[in-house]
Amino acid sequence: MTATIALRGVSKSFGKTHVLHELDLTVERGTVFALLGPNGAGKTTIINILSTLVAPDAGTASVEGFDVVRDRDEVKRRISLTGQSAAVDEVLTGEENLRMMGRLSGLARAETASRTGELLARFELTDAARKRVKTYSGGMRRRLDLAISLLLTPPVVFLDEPTTGLDTRSRQDLWAIIRALADGGTTIFLTTQYLEEADQLADRVAVLEGGRIVAEGTPAELKARVGGEVLALHDADGALLREVPTDGTLAGLRRAIDQLDETDAASVTLRTPSLDDVFLAVTGSHLPTTNADERELVGADSSKG
Amino acid sequence: MTTATTTTARPKLSALTSTGAFIHRSYLHTLRTPDALVMAIALPTILMVLFTFVFGGAFDPSGGYVDYVVPGIILLCAGFGASSIAVDVAGDMATGIIDRFRTMPLRASTVITGNVIVTVLRNLVTTAIVIAVALALGFRPSAGPLEWFGVFLLVTGYILAITYLFAAVGLASSSPEAANGYGFILLFVPYISSAFVPIETMPDWLQPIAQANPLTPIIETIRGLLMGTDFGTQGWWAIGWIALILGFAIVWSTWLFARRSGRR
Repeated sequence: MTATIALRGVSKSFGKTHVLHELDLTVERGTVFALLGPNGAGKTTIINILSTLVAPDAGTASVEGFDVVRDRDEVKRRISLTGQSAAVDEVLTGEENLRMMGRLSGLARAETASRTGELLARFELTDAARKRVKTYSGGMRRRLDLAISLLLTPPVVFLDEPTTGLDTRSRQDLWAIIRALADGGTTIFLTTQYLEEADQLADRVAVLEGGRIVAEGTPAELKARVGGEVLALHDADGALLREVPTDGTLAGLRRAIDQLDETDAASVTLRTPSLDDVFLAVTGSHLPTTNADERELVGADSSKG
Repeated sequence: MTTATTTTARPKLSALTSTGAFIHRSYLHTLRTPDALVMAIALPTILMVLFTFVFGGAFDPSGGYVDYVVPGIILLCAGFGASSIAVDVAGDMATGIIDRFRTMPLRASTVITGNVIVTVLRNLVTTAIVIAVALALGFRPSAGPLEWFGVFLLVTGYILAITYLFAAVGLASSSPEAANGYGFILLFVPYISSAFVPIETMPDWLQPIAQANPLTPIIETIRGLLMGTDFGTQGWWAIGWIALILGFAIVWSTWLFARRSGRR
């Protein structure tokens, strides 16, 4: 096992805002690594440093043994980035996007044509191939974006919040694609706001908050610290009455149920722990800016694969 | 866990290959926005009809005003055609696509080069159409083949310089809407020159400004070449200004492109 991504003492500020503080991080070759954190934690900045878009103020970062500042071009040859805002050309069709990127990836014309056909089929975009990207849904754009990243299969793929803003179906489609990519031996570095996504995809997870890694381990280790599902009690209008964490055992669940005796309770649900629950467990405090909708979203599609 | 055996490093791409791909991209963009092309032809044509038939009679009752106004209309048309690149570039910078190019082993700034080349070619086509319309309206230049070739070189140089300048304006703008606004201001520059009326007819305080306007020597040179009038040293001033504007625009846009790295 060798590290393919290494950050050592990396700091970055924009003006007076300190985004990253002496960050250390390593990712093993051929694994899926998830960087979990809320908006503004510094996730995108780390991706931008690793993909050579911004230089760190202090410390060093390397990808596949090449320094992101000194050997920038060598790093660029070995990565692909799928950013937060889908980096596709809206004026062109899906097919034209792939053709252009094929040419820019140095593929021969015939190879570009065959790869374009393959990728359109694999990402279920064949029917929309000749439609302008402007008319695509969010999920289709992400799939096209990812397809472009995979015209050549680079050793390292960066995915910056690949499923933010997608519906459950599109999210699960993307997860399947990312898993298949990982099975092919590509190192995947992804950022996410969803604990469930990290749990579903990653071999290792680091929790980022305020530019610092506050926890790191396997999803199982992280979940062990967070606990099991959360038992939630709602009234007839669907408003949340109470939440009780469980530890994943039958006895624990029974104890949790015993604590609930509200007579006006209409329904009881079990939800997976949210990012906020993770933060509560590892830092002892809630997320600085808790977004209720995001918590809802994570709880909503808690299908365990 | 599988080891990385199926992955490939990308080849480094030459600036020529990436420029070629970006030329194709901008060409497709031009085809997809026919309204911009129609406007680029329609506006100067309307202006020429307006200046020739509405104002022309007052400026020159003998009907010779069309011969005077054509060089100015050509530059106005070039400026208008070039201004769309500012909106284009600002739009590109607002999406993640430029960042994607930057993370690939190619010279990302060639996306600007490709766009400039296509815009210049498109502008040359619209300029040819404008000259054809002028001939239909009674424009009768005395220029021979050599003079026409000189006009072609000068107009191409001017279009290249103004297009690059508008590309830089696009890079400097925070949004496509802002780029559109800045572009609009630049389009007024030709009015304070010898484009539409002789400088001598302007108030005393305005004359030095119109005289110093970089467009004045360019217009005087084109007019001289087309109509056979004497333009003295204006030709050298024209070439100097075009070189200066182009040089400034290239340096400015290169600096802006690098500065906006990784920040959206």
